[in-house]
Amino acid sequence: MSAIRPNWQALAALVATLYALTALPFTATMGPALSLAVAALLAAGAILSMLRAARPIETTILAIASFGAAAMLLAGLTGAFGTANAGYFASLAAAWLLGWRLVTVLSGDGSHGDKGSSLVAIAVPALFGIWVLILWECIVRGAGVPFVLLPPPSAIGLRIAGSLPILAADFRQTVLKAVLFGYVVGSLAGFLVAILADRFRFLANGLLPIGNMVSALPMIGIAPIMVIWFGFDWQSKAAVVVVMTFFPMLVNTLAGLAASGDMERDLMRTYGAGHWQVLVKLRLQAAMPFIFNALKINSTLALIGAIVAEFFGTPIVGMGFRISTEVGRMNLDMVWAEIALAAIVGSLFYGGLALLERAVTFWHPSYRR
Amino acid sequence: MQVGRFVHDRLLPIGTILLVIVLAWYVAAYAMNAPFQRDTDRRAGVTPTSSEFLVKTMSQPKPTMPAPHQVVENLWKNTLTVKPWSKRSLVYHAWITLSATLSGFAMGTALGVLIAIGIVHIPALDRSFLPWIIASQTIPILAIAPMIIVLLSAIGITGLLPKALISTYLSFFPVAVGMVKGLRSPDVLHLDLMRTYSANKVQTLWKLRIPASVPFFFTSMKVAIAASLIGAIVGELPTGAVAGIGSKLLAGSYYSQTIDIFAALIAGSIVAILLVTLVDLAGRFVNARMGARQP
Repeated sequence: MSAIRPNWQALAALVATLYALTALPFTATMGPALSLAVAALLAAGAILSMLRAARPIETTILAIASFGAAAMLLAGLTGAFGTANAGYFASLAAAWLLGWRLVTVLSGDGSHGDKGSSLVAIAVPALFGIWVLILWECIVRGAGVPFVLLPPPSAIGLRIAGSLPILAADFRQTVLKAVLFGYVVGSLAGFLVAILADRFRFLANGLLPIGNMVSALPMIGIAPIMVIWFGFDWQSKAAVVVVMTFFPMLVNTLAGLAASGDMERDLMRTYGAGHWQVLVKLRLQAAMPFIFNALKINSTLALIGAIVAEFFGTPIVGMGFRISTEVGRMNLDMVWAEIALAAIVGSLFYGGLALLERAVTFWHPSYRR
Repeated sequence: MQVGRFVHDRLLPIGTILLVIVLAWYVAAYAMNAPFQRDTDRRAGVTPTSSEFLVKTMSQPKPTMPAPHQVVENLWKNTLTVKPWSKRSLVYHAWITLSATLSGFAMGTALGVLIAIGIVHIPALDRSFLPWIIASQTIPILAIAPMIIVLLSAIGITGLLPKALISTYLSFFPVAVGMVKGLRSPDVLHLDLMRTYSANKVQTLWKLRIPASVPFFFTSMKVAIAASLIGAIVGELPTGAVAGIGSKLLAGSYYSQTIDIFAALIAGSIVAILLVTLVDLAGRFVNARMGARQP
């Protein structure tokens, strides 16, 4: 058993670091000393991580080497827009390879029974996200990508911090007015129609195939019609959201109401339960996973519907309006700020629904441990 | 017996609901166009009988709600009476959108399959990348469509490719997620059997994982192709009304041509139904030939 455990990420990182040494200093404002320090840190990290050490030590070495080097490389960019040379990118690649090695070590061999797996389950995707941001920042600023093409994440962060009132106003217009109203009304209407259709088999037989078909249609196209009918303000967007969220809820609730087993239904019949009693006490409970599935699908659809409907005409506020106008004015940092806002709202919406689902359908097999 | 059940359980209910929809549409057309018509008549100083009034509400040039027959007439006029390659033809616009949809769908499917194969074989990718793919499903991705279009046109790429890229972006998520599920669907028993044959990873992939994933593949492709069509239509909005279903919608909205909007919407829906049906039929055929279980 040798003391060295080679792996391709660390070896490639070592090669990249050696190449980087031929092109010192890395950027216009980065002195030879700092550049050399980056290279030394990377080389040390690559070699030390290949020693047969315990996993905590290996991960610590990799984390220090990759993130230390990345921090120095980021610091070396101040006042050096677009002056990075090949050595800079080689050492960036080396740092990224060590980061990849770190993720590989943390993930293990893919078996899901590792100790501390809940921490790893959060840390690994987080590391991935952080590296995407680091690479984005370093490549855009190092290579001097024009600001109008792709602003670096730091500029987007600054823009978010600097225009909170605008973002808040857009959020209020698009999410709190159009999305929320449309989502509640559309989902509720779909649910009620499904309950009604379920009472009459004929109606359910007719609505289910039509609903399935409609959910494949580009329903977003009704946006211009709604703008003509309901005007430029949030009501037209809410109407689009109502139509878009209605059918997924209808189809899923109908499918869910058919999900309870024959045995349970027979049991209810032996209790002498009427249609509505069976519905409330058995079938709606069994349909909950399906209903939450529809609610989750609708949360994304509602945001998309409201944002795209704003491309067809709005008052001068709203997330979709801001995106389409700022793209036209080439203020891409503002556009990215709105996209970040939309992403945060979308994931929070979804996450909230997932938590609620857990509380309501705690009995479902998928939550058993 | 089979036919009788088909008529009773499918044809009759669906037909009835569709009939009700068309009737409700006519009633809505009357109710929504009546105020404007009353106004016009009062200004013109005419007092039409109620049947004349009814006909008038159904034949306005720019109605609030076009009647179904007006939309059908518009569709008929713009598809069958003009040459399919002229700019007035809906066939031409549908073709523009369809070509972007199909190329984006092809790229998205290929990308999704590749990503899924990577995720199934590399644990690091599974742990780090898959959560982001799933999280990005909750994000209104379509919001970045205008930016992609404008950016690509700024660096000189216009026409089909930007729209196709948006379609790619929308369609690779369902395929990637579905294929990960599909490639992992073989039983442990079957995987162990492959191991006893001393099959390597490539052989296991080709001979077991990919055949097992076929039903999942077609199911996710049905979602993906509908998503690509939406991507292509939305991708046509920010370029201004040039060509395609999306531009017809936008042009209709500029000039309040409700009949045109409805016709474009129905043309888009027909394209969507055709595409989903085609994928569905292909899936049924392939699944039947391979003896696959439906997921």
